[in-house]
Amino acid sequence: MSLLRLEGVTKRFAAGAPPAVDGLSLTAAPGEVLALLGPSGCGKTTTLRLVAGFDAPDAGVIEIRGERVAAPGWIMPPEARGVGVVFQDYALFPHLSVEANVTFGLAHLARASRARRVREVLDLVGLVGLEARYPHELSGGQQQRVALARALAPAPALILLDEPFSNLDADLRTAMREEISKILRASGTTAMFVTHDQQEAFALADRVGVLNAGRLEQVAPPFELYHRPGTRFVAEFVGAADFLRSMVTEDGIVSELGTLARPPGLAPGQAVDIMVRPDDIDFIPHPEGDVVVVGRQFHGDEHLYRLRLTSGARVHAVQPSTTLYPVGTRVRVVANLLHVVAFPLDEEG
Amino acid sequence: MAALGAAGLVSVPILTVAWSLTHPAWAVWAHLWQTQLPELLLNTVILVVEVGLGVLVLGTALAWLVTACEFPGRRVFEWALVLPLALPAYVIGFVFLGLFEYAGPVQSALRGWLGPWVRLPDLRSGWGVALMMTLVYYPYVYTLGRAAFAEQAPEFLESARGLGRSRTAILFGVTLPLARPALAAGTVLACMEALADFGTVATFSFRTLTEAIYRVWHGMFDRVAATQLAALLLGLAGTLLWLERLSRGRARFTHGRRPAPPPVRIALGGVRALGACLLCTATLGLAFGLPVGQLVLWAVEAVARDSVPERFARALGQSLVLGGGAALLVTAVAVLLAYAFRRQPTPLVGVATRVAGLGYALPGAVIAVGVLQPLSWLDRALAESLERLSGVSPGLIVTGSAAGLLFAYLVRFLAVGHQSVEATLARIPRSLDEAARSLGARGGRTLRMIHLPLARRGLLAALTLVFVDVMKELPATLLLRPFGLETLAVVVWRRTAESLWVEAAVPALALVLVGLGPVLLAMRVVGAQTRRAGGGLPSP
Repeated sequence: MSLLRLEGVTKRFAAGAPPAVDGLSLTAAPGEVLALLGPSGCGKTTTLRLVAGFDAPDAGVIEIRGERVAAPGWIMPPEARGVGVVFQDYALFPHLSVEANVTFGLAHLARASRARRVREVLDLVGLVGLEARYPHELSGGQQQRVALARALAPAPALILLDEPFSNLDADLRTAMREEISKILRASGTTAMFVTHDQQEAFALADRVGVLNAGRLEQVAPPFELYHRPGTRFVAEFVGAADFLRSMVTEDGIVSELGTLARPPGLAPGQAVDIMVRPDDIDFIPHPEGDVVVVGRQFHGDEHLYRLRLTSGARVHAVQPSTTLYPVGTRVRVVANLLHVVAFPLDEEG
Repeated sequence: MAALGAAGLVSVPILTVAWSLTHPAWAVWAHLWQTQLPELLLNTVILVVEVGLGVLVLGTALAWLVTACEFPGRRVFEWALVLPLALPAYVIGFVFLGLFEYAGPVQSALRGWLGPWVRLPDLRSGWGVALMMTLVYYPYVYTLGRAAFAEQAPEFLESARGLGRSRTAILFGVTLPLARPALAAGTVLACMEALADFGTVATFSFRTLTEAIYRVWHGMFDRVAATQLAALLLGLAGTLLWLERLSRGRARFTHGRRPAPPPVRIALGGVRALGACLLCTATLGLAFGLPVGQLVLWAVEAVARDSVPERFARALGQSLVLGGGAALLVTAVAVLLAYAFRRQPTPLVGVATRVAGLGYALPGAVIAVGVLQPLSWLDRALAESLERLSGVSPGLIVTGSAAGLLFAYLVRFLAVGHQSVEATLARIPRSLDEAARSLGARGGRTLRMIHLPLARRGLLAALTLVFVDVMKELPATLLLRPFGLETLAVVVWRRTAESLWVEAAVPALALVLVGLGPVLLAMRVVGAQTRRAGGGLPSP
C-alpha cells in the first residue's frame, strides 16, 4: 500500500494562467524518502503545499494512508492531516523556547508523555541541553534541527520538507544532509522534500521525481534517473549531458563515438540523439587524433574538458585533477557508455 | 461566521446613514449647495490634507530620530513624545485660544513690549486648526512608525549598505518603504480624526462638515439635512481608507524569522544632535508642556477660588469604567475581524471589515443617530416581548443603559483597534500560521499561543489608543449617555462652551492625567521588551 498517493492533481492560481501543477500522479511507499526536483517555478513547492493542505487542488485526489485528504471541492484542513512540515525559513515560533516549540504539536498528550516525547526527539536530532534556548540564540543548523524535531514530535506518518538546506552554508549543508538523512531513516517516517539541487536529491532520496512546468517528467531511484533518463529534460537537468546526432542501423547505433549497442524499441533507419555524460568519455592525446581540446575548466577534484569532434559537435569529458592538456591538444576518444540512452528526433519537443 | 456577524452588527449604524443617500432630499441639497456646501467641502478637504501631511512628516521624522539615531535626551524623548496623545484636541485648542487670543496673555505682553500695533495672525482659522490637530495627532504616526522601525531586521539595512548605498538613500529606499504600512496606517488614523473632529473646529469657529452637521441638527433640528451631510462625510472617509489600501498595494511586509534585534543607532554629533534635540523639545513643548503648564496654572487658580465643578470624582470614575470596557470590547472585536481575514481572506470579510471601519470617520453625533434608531427599535421589541412574558414592563434596557453608548464607541473606534491589530498581524510571517496548523493547532489555539503573544505590542497599542479616544469622545457621549452618566469630557465641554477656561481646567487636567496612565504603561512595557530583546536571554 502506498502511504501517499496523488492522482491527476492540478492547481491553477489564476484562471487562464498555465497550471502550476498539471495532472500530477505520484505515490510514496511507507518509510520512503521521496525528492521532488526541478528548476524554480516548476510547481514542486506548490505540490508540497497541496499535500500539506495549505492550498486546495483544482482537480485530482490526494490520499494519505489510504485516506482521502483532498478531492475536487473538498479538502481536509492541514491540522487534521497529521503531516509534519519543515519550512524553508523553519518558521520557528520566535517567542517560544526550543522545548516549547517542540511541545507545540503534542497538545493531545498527557504532561508526562509530552515531556518524554520531547526528550526523545531532541535526542534524535542531537539538541539535548538546548531546551531553554530561544530560536534567535541558535545557529542555522540548530534551528533546522529544531524545526525537524518539532515536525517529528507528533510522530506524523508523513513529513514534508521545503528546500530544507537552502538557508545553510555550503559546508554545513553537506553535514546536515547526512544528519537529516540519518534522522529520517532512524524515525522511519515517510518523507517528501522539495529541492532544486540535484546532489541534495540524490544524497537523500530513495526516489526522485523530476518536475518541469508543473508536469512530472520521471520518478526513479537516483542511479536510474542519472543513467536512464526518460526524457531529454531529465537528461539535461540531472547531471551534465551532451547529445550526439546518430543513426539507428541493424548493427547498432552509429555515432561519431563509434557503433553502440541498440536498445530495444528503436527501428533501423531512425535518427536519434544519444546522451553522452562527461564521465562516459575518456581520451588520450594523440598527434593524429581528429578530436581537439577546445576548453578546460578546473573543478578542483577533476578537470572538465570540452572537445570538438570531427563533425564540429562538442562533447564534455572529465579527467583526473592531475592530468593537464592545453587547449588545442589533438586527442583520440574512447566512449564507455554503460547504458545507451537515445531520444528519437521526432519526439523532440 | 462570527467575524461576519460582528462586522455586520457594527455596520448597522453606518448603513443606516448610507441608506439615507438612497432617499436624497433634493431640496435640501440644492439649498446646501447654494449656501455653504462648497465652502464646507473645501475647508474639510484642505484640513484633512494639511493634518495628514503634518503628522506624516512630524511623526515619521520623530520616530526615525529616536529609533535610528543617538543624541542627548533620546531615551527620554522616546517615550515622552507619545504624551500629547493624552490631550484631546479641543483641550489643547481652548488652551491655545486662551493664551493667544487678542486679549490673552501672549498678545497683551507683546503689545506692552513692542507697542499697540503688534498683532499675531488669528489662530481661529484653517491653519490654526490644522496646527492644533497636527500637534495632538502626530503620535499616531510616531507610535506605529517607531514600532515598525524598531522591528526592522538589521539585515535589510546591512545588505543595503553592503550594496554601497548611503544612509540617506537607505532611509528613503529601504527603511521608509518597509515601514510604509505602519506610517500609512498612522496617517490615515490622524486624517480620520481630523475628518470627524467636532470639538476643536467648533471651538475655533472653523466651518467644516462635522461642525455643519451639528449646527444643522442642533440649531435647526433638520435631521434629514444632517444625515445627508453625514453621508457625504462617509464618502470622504471611504476615499481615505481606499487610498491607504492602495498605498499598501500588493506588497507584503513581513520580515524574516529573527525576532526584534538590538537596534544599531547612528550617533549624531554637534549641530545635528542639537537639531534633533530642538525638534523633539519644540514638539513636546508646544504639544504638551505649554498646554499642560497653562492647565495647571488655571487649575491652581480654580482650586484657590474653590470653583472645581461638583460631581467631578463621579465623572472621573464613570469615564474610567467606560473607557476600559470599550477598549477591551473594541480590541476583542478588532482581533476577531483581523484574524478572520488572515485565515480566510475572502472578499466578503474584507468588505465587511472596511465598512465597519468607516465608523471612525463619522462624527460621534451621526453615529449616535445611527445607533439610536436601530437600538430604540430593539428596545421596544424587547420590552414588548418581556412584558408579554412576565407582565412587568422592564423599561428601556439598551438605550437606557450604558450598553448603547458602549456599542456606539465600538462603532466609532473599531477602526483604531483594527488598524493597529492588522498592522501587527501583517508582520507575523504566514509560515508560522502554517507551521501551527500542520502541528494540529486549530484557529483558536494558534491565535492564543502564536499570534496574540507575537502581536502583544500591537494589541497594547490598540487598547491604549481606544481607551484614550473613548475618554476624549464628546458628541456621541453627549447624545447617548443614560440619565446620570457624566464623563470628564462632558464636564469639560460644558465649561468651555461658556468660556469658563479656569473651571474647565481641573476636569481637563484629569482627562489628560487619566489619558497619560495607559500611555506611560504601554511605553514602559515596550521599553522593557526592547531591552530584553537587546540584551538577549541568559543561555543555560
